[in-house]
Amino acid sequence: MQIIVTGTLLGGTYALIALGLTLQYGAARIMNLANGETLVAACFVSFWLFTATGVNPLLGMVVIAPMALVINWLIYAWLLRPLVRRAKNRGMLEVDSILATFGLLFLLQGLMLLGFGGAYFSYRFLAEPFLILGEPYGLNRVVAFVAAVIVASLLYLFLYHTRQGTAVRAVAVDPASARLVAIDVARTAAFAFALGGALTACGGTLLSTFYTFNASMGVIFTMKALIIVIMGGVGDVRGATLAALILGVTETAVASLIDPGLTLAANYALFVLVLLFRPQGILGRASA
Amino acid sequence: MLRRTFNALAISAALLTVGAGFAAANETLKIGVSASKTGPLTAGATAVYWPNVKLWVHDVNQKGGIKVGDKLLKIDLVEYDDKSGPEEAVKNIQRLATVDKVDFIVAPYTTGINLATAPLISRYGYPQLVATGNANELEAFVKRWPNSFWLLGKASDLSTGIVATLKTLRDKGQIGNKVALAHVAEAFGLEMIQSAKPAFKEAGFDIVYETSYPLGTQDLAPVISGAKAAKPDAFVAYSYPPDSFALTEQARIQGLNVDAFYVGVGGALSGYSQRFGKQVEGVLAMGGINPGDEVYKAYRERHKQVTGQDADYWASPVVYSSLQILEQAIVKAGSTDRAAVVKAISTGTFETVIGKVSLQNNLIGRVWTVGQWNNGVLQGVNGLGVDGAKAPVKKPAWN
Amino acid sequence: MMSLRRDELAVAGSGIAAVGLLSLLPLFSDGFALSFGVNLMLYVAMCTAWALFSGPTRLVSLASAAFFGVGTYSVALGLDSLPFPVLIAIAALSSAALAGLVGAATLRLSGVYFVIFTLGLAELIRQVVAWSQSRFAHKMGLYVFTDFTERDLYWMLLALTTLVFGVGWLINRSRLGFALRIIGDDETVARHVGIATARAKIVLFMTSGAFIGVAGAIVAPRYAYIEPQAAFNPMISFLVVIMALLGGTRRLWGPLVGVIPFTIVMEFITARFPNHSSVVIGITFLAIVYLLPDGITGLIEGMRDRIRRRTAAGTGIEAPDAIEEKAA
Repeated sequence: MQIIVTGTLLGGTYALIALGLTLQYGAARIMNLANGETLVAACFVSFWLFTATGVNPLLGMVVIAPMALVINWLIYAWLLRPLVRRAKNRGMLEVDSILATFGLLFLLQGLMLLGFGGAYFSYRFLAEPFLILGEPYGLNRVVAFVAAVIVASLLYLFLYHTRQGTAVRAVAVDPASARLVAIDVARTAAFAFALGGALTACGGTLLSTFYTFNASMGVIFTMKALIIVIMGGVGDVRGATLAALILGVTETAVASLIDPGLTLAANYALFVLVLLFRPQGILGRASA
Repeated sequence: MLRRTFNALAISAALLTVGAGFAAANETLKIGVSASKTGPLTAGATAVYWPNVKLWVHDVNQKGGIKVGDKLLKIDLVEYDDKSGPEEAVKNIQRLATVDKVDFIVAPYTTGINLATAPLISRYGYPQLVATGNANELEAFVKRWPNSFWLLGKASDLSTGIVATLKTLRDKGQIGNKVALAHVAEAFGLEMIQSAKPAFKEAGFDIVYETSYPLGTQDLAPVISGAKAAKPDAFVAYSYPPDSFALTEQARIQGLNVDAFYVGVGGALSGYSQRFGKQVEGVLAMGGINPGDEVYKAYRERHKQVTGQDADYWASPVVYSSLQILEQAIVKAGSTDRAAVVKAISTGTFETVIGKVSLQNNLIGRVWTVGQWNNGVLQGVNGLGVDGAKAPVKKPAWN
Repeated sequence: MMSLRRDELAVAGSGIAAVGLLSLLPLFSDGFALSFGVNLMLYVAMCTAWALFSGPTRLVSLASAAFFGVGTYSVALGLDSLPFPVLIAIAALSSAALAGLVGAATLRLSGVYFVIFTLGLAELIRQVVAWSQSRFAHKMGLYVFTDFTERDLYWMLLALTTLVFGVGWLINRSRLGFALRIIGDDETVARHVGIATARAKIVLFMTSGAFIGVAGAIVAPRYAYIEPQAAFNPMISFLVVIMALLGGTRRLWGPLVGVIPFTIVMEFITARFPNHSSVVIGITFLAIVYLLPDGITGLIEGMRDRIRRRTAAGTGIEAPDAIEEKAA
């Protein structure tokens, strides 16, 4: 039982890491390798808000998310739109966006190194035991999980029950046809990218309450996010959430029952298997 | 097309030499340093390595320089980033030796990179004073590369320090016999566990739980719950900074109340006590110092003043001492002749912030192995050839 | 089929001359230029080998680190018991075997799935190696003590690079190469004209993997101490892809013209801006992406086309290369 609860909490953490990238890659078609840097930047901002001004990270999200939205919008408009325009097909955009965001990764990481140095940062927030079925768990992780559930449900409601959200999904499925039904594809893609950035920043804020982080850790998060996004099926929010939970539970189960040294191996093995047998993602349709 | 390679190479090499030519104009002592400024090792290097290099250069230049023969030479520091990998590190050392033509090289950061660069550093005859690395088969290594000096002790010294501490506690009847072990699956953790396990068995401890976990993992709840289920009297983790933090937090949250709780690297950082506040009281960690020592106190204050950050209670003073040894050996040799300086290091006795140091067979005989948090300071409780060790005490329950 | 055209002879001739010239480098320098040459040659070999497969098939593989690591470990594990050339052969064989397995398993994958799969696979292998070492060997690092100097390594890498180019050239001339170009352009068409697409891809992936493995084996003695974090460093995979893409993968010499400027620029940045290298690398990178959309090959060929077109303008005939370009 404890394995399932711990695993589910971990899955919530993973969902926070991955949801933003699902949107950015699925809808805006940008394989954003700098995703982890956005996350770490949010960690730093919430660290600074908390230690310097005493602002609770949960409240901090109210500031951080819109900030990330605007910044990511600008990144898309200035840096990525020219690439989208000149790309002749999806493959070309993929290669170009990988290269461009790889550069962005270095740039952002370098700026954070200059601003904060390379040291580890961490602070204490809600690091209290919280009892679930009589077993203690970290309250900050529970809060992050609840927030992940809220964020994922809001995102789901938005995507499946609003006009704007439907437009995002349409662009994700087929940008060319989306244009035929009078969707402003360029705008929608920019919006999806910006929203993805904001979600990632929310994830970073919550993660900073229980992770020790430093300026060069972004890559680790990007890798996790990539795995989850692909496992879940590109652009599929429900799939990504499910994949995150499966990964969380598997990792915890392997750590508790077999050997913690094999958690990452199990993680990748699962991923490789999913790709081999369901390359369209856990919930994806066969001909995707 | 291939010919272009050669031209480009020649041009870039020429450019670099021209660039390097300027600094050599007025007479200084050129010291090269290559360590991590980016990549996964950055955090550790930022905490204990770079500030001390900076502090040492500051200290030396403030007092006018190093006395070499009859000249007083200021230090001119050439620094490079090894990007946390041996590939860049090898290239950097090569560049420092042949392009910048530095007089001396500060040994790089971490065990792995020091071992990887040792052949090259020794080929150019530089002394390599390793302050941030250790391994088990050092005697053999030193025989092969007699220019390398190891100031953090052997891995087995460090890993078995905690065994002795637990034994002391058990003999006093303060803890029981059951130990839970965890280690990070990386060079450091493995070198530690290799020598620690037999030592625990020999001392009659019962290892009730043992596990490894991948480098970089911070989701360590399963490790702690596994350990808790085995009901140990002591928890020992040969861990790295982010996981030392994560293990401590999980242990606290899950209420793993053992009578001795030990973490590896990171437990000696000031950030550790800042994060956990009063909770760290009684926690054991790798490292330790003699807080009553005036020299160390003065060093700590200067460190804070010059670099703006706190020194840790383990590697920081050792890194600084390694540079002091280099400095004093240069003065003793009276020249920048590398072989003479290597000889001076292996035969001399040096005044450092960790006390009087002399090296036997290139290994230090004086090293703190275990410290215990006491009033916000990591008081040394076990070590080899050190003064001021206090007796360890039983750890109170969390909160 | 094996008769050589005149321009091919010329290329081969200048290639041999260039190799001859390059092999002299260690006689002039045994310091930094040589060290830099080893790095350069390593990446020329790996990027060209990578492009052998990824160029024609357009499948971006991030498994280079896995092959490299397997090669490195072959040497590290067997050094005490076997002579070095045998170890190189073992490295080639085990990398090829691994590539064969991967290839067979991933034929259904295309596009980004292949990319991420290979990345995941490399990480999986790294984790398993790290774990088994901690479980069974109880130590992480393996010492690699040899008497090789950088000069030896340089020559070995140069020989490897020459071999990669030779093999690449032969493949391009062969039926296999032709088949692969068709696969890359349109796999369905390829299948319809009776090409065994699966077999062709696997054979090529194995060749490419074996070369990268050998490269890993050759540089193993350089580090003296091998651990999974360094041998299976995912950064290797990324660098290989990026340098090759920068050069362009549609020509055999494409990766070469990517590796050289990239390595030199990186070197310059690391040496000059040790404290700001990330920022400068980031900006340089973005600049490359925006200013050189088709890689350096594209730039060079674009310039060549423009010159030809200008000369051909009088006669009203379009340069044959330009037509080929449009068709592709």
